Amino acid sequence: MSHWIIAPVVLPAFTAALMVLALRGHLALQRIASVAAILALNAIAAALLWSATVHGPEAYFLGDWPAPFGIVLVLDRLSALMVALLSLLALITALYAIGSRWDERGAHFHPLLHFLLMGVGGAFLTGDAFNLFVFFEVLLIASYGLMIHGGGEARTRAGIQYIAFNLVGSSLFLFGLALLYGVTGTLNMADLAQKLPSLPPGDAALLRVAAVMLLLVFAIKGALVPLQFWLPGTYANAPGVVAALFAIMTKVGAYATLRIATLVFPPDLAAMGTLIPTILLPAALVTLVIGAIGILGATTLPRIAAFAAIASMGTAFLAMAQLTPQATSAALYYILHSTLATALIFLVADLISRRRADLSLTGPAPVAQSGLMSVLFFAAAIALAGLPPLSGFLGKLLILDAWRDEMRTIWPAVLIPSFLMLLGFSRAGSVLFWKPVQPAKAPAPHEPLALTAAFALLAALAALTLLAGPVTAWLDATAQALHDPAAYIAANRLGAAP
Amino acid sequence: MEALLASAIGLFTAVGIYLMLRLRTFPVILGLTFLSYAVNLFIFVSGRLAVNAAPIVGTTDTPADPLPQALVLTAIVISFGMTAVIMIMAIGGHLLAGHDRIDLDPRGDS
Repeated sequence: MSHWIIAPVVLPAFTAALMVLALRGHLALQRIASVAAILALNAIAAALLWSATVHGPEAYFLGDWPAPFGIVLVLDRLSALMVALLSLLALITALYAIGSRWDERGAHFHPLLHFLLMGVGGAFLTGDAFNLFVFFEVLLIASYGLMIHGGGEARTRAGIQYIAFNLVGSSLFLFGLALLYGVTGTLNMADLAQKLPSLPPGDAALLRVAAVMLLLVFAIKGALVPLQFWLPGTYANAPGVVAALFAIMTKVGAYATLRIATLVFPPDLAAMGTLIPTILLPAALVTLVIGAIGILGATTLPRIAAFAAIASMGTAFLAMAQLTPQATSAALYYILHSTLATALIFLVADLISRRRADLSLTGPAPVAQSGLMSVLFFAAAIALAGLPPLSGFLGKLLILDAWRDEMRTIWPAVLIPSFLMLLGFSRAGSVLFWKPVQPAKAPAPHEPLALTAAFALLAALAALTLLAGPVTAWLDATAQALHDPAAYIAANRLGAAP
Repeated sequence: MEALLASAIGLFTAVGIYLMLRLRTFPVILGLTFLSYAVNLFIFVSGRLAVNAAPIVGTTDTPADPLPQALVLTAIVISFGMTAVIMIMAIGGHLLAGHDRIDLDPRGDS
C-alpha cells in the first residue's frame, strides 16, 4: 500500500502538467482527462480510507530519508477522510463546470483545478510542518488562478485583496515555523510532538508565540473572526463553481488547526495549557454570529452563500475549541456536512444567477425553472441553518451535546444565530421564489449535467444523514486516535534514524 | 551582531506593515515584499548565527545549520513567484478599473 500514499499528490500534478503541455486548447480532451483523473483519485482515496481504517497510520518517506531529516507524508484516518472528501467534491465540481460551461470562459480551468487538488491533498497528507507551508502555497497559487477565472473588473480587484491577504498569512506562517525551528530544531510534526514536552520552561513563551502565529494563519484560511474579511468578497466574486470548490479550502484551515492542536500542541502540554481553547472559543462564537447577521443583511445571493460559509466555519471551530474526543468527533461530522452544504449553496446561487436577470435580492424578477431551483435552494438552506431532516441538524445536535456542560452559555450562542440564519434564508427564498410575477421570458439554459451535479451534492448530504450512525462511530474512533497520537508518532519511525 | 540583525528584521517588518495598510496596490505590494524580506532573514537566523562556517560537517568545528538555508531558499522562491502574481493582478486591475485603489465597492460584485 505504501507508495499509494503519495498518489493523491502525484496524480493531479501529472494530470495538470499533461493538460497544460499536451492538451492545450483541446477543451474536450481536457474534460475527459480531468474527469478520468478525478475518478481515479476517488478510487485511490477510497482505497486509502480503507487502508487507514484497517491498518492504522502509515508513513511514506520521500526519497527513503528517515523521518526527522526527510519529508514524510502520513496517512491516518483523518487525512484519508479529508482526501476522500476532497476527491468527491472535486468530481462534483468538475462535472458542474463542464455542465454549466464555466470551464469555457477562460483558459486552463481544468489544469488549475488539478493543481489545487494537488495542493489540498498534499496539505492533508503531509507530516512535516514546512511541507504543509509549501502545499499551502501550491493550493493558494492555483486558487488565485481559479478565483479570477472568467476575468472582469470586480473579480480581478477582489482577487488582488485575496492574494494580498494570503501573502500576509504566508509570511506569518513562515515566522511561526522559523520560531518553532529555532526553539526545537525540527519541523517534523511527530518529532515536534515528542520534543516539546521536554523543552526547558524558559522556551515556553516562544512556543506559545509560535503556536498563536500558526493558529492565526489557520484562522485566515478557516475564515475565523477577526480574520474573515477576505472571504465574502472573494467567494461572492469568484465563479460559482470555484466558490463551491473553495468550500474545501476553509476546511484546510480547520484540518490544520485540528492537527496542530491535537498532535503538536496538545492541551496536556504544560507550556500550552488551555491557550488554544481560550482563543478559539470566543472567536468561533463571534464567527457564527457574524455569519448569521451577514446572511440576514446580504444583498445578493452569492453573498448569502459566502456568509453561510463563515457561519458554518464558526460552528465547526466551536466544536474544535473543546479539544475532547467527543467534541472533535462532532467537529469532524460537521466539517463533512459543512463542506457539502456550502458547496451546494454556491452551486445553487450560480444556477439561479443564470436564470434570473437581476442578482440583487430586492424587487421581483422571475426565475426560470423556479420549481426546481426552489427545491434546491430550500434544501441547501435547511442543511445550512441546521433544520431536520438533513445532516446540519444532526451535526449541530452532536456539537450541542458535546457542550452539554456549558448549556446556559453555548447553547443560546448556537441556537440564536441558527434562528437568524433561518430568517435570512427565508427572506431570500421568499424574495426569489414567492412573488406573483410573470413566468420568465428567457428560456432556461439546458444543462442537465450541472443539475445532476447539484443533486449529487444533495444526495451526498442525504447519505451523510442516513448513514449518520456508522459515520459517527467511525469518526469517534478517528477522534480518539487524534487525541492519543501514539500510533501516528510511531508510524514516523523516529528512532530508526542512524 | 544579534542585536543588529534583530533590529533589521524588526525595521523591515514595521515598514512592511505600515506600507501594507495603504490604500493603493503599489505600496501594498512593496509592503508585502518588505515583510517577505523580514521573514527570510528571520528563517535564516533561526539556525543561529555562525561566522565563517560552511554548512558542511567536518570543515569547521562548529558548522552552520544547513536546514534553515534550504528553508529560506524555498521561501524566497515562493515569495518571488507570489509577488510576480500579485504584480500582474495589480496591473490587470489597474487597466480594467482605471485606478489602483485596493478597497472594493460592496455593490460592485460580478
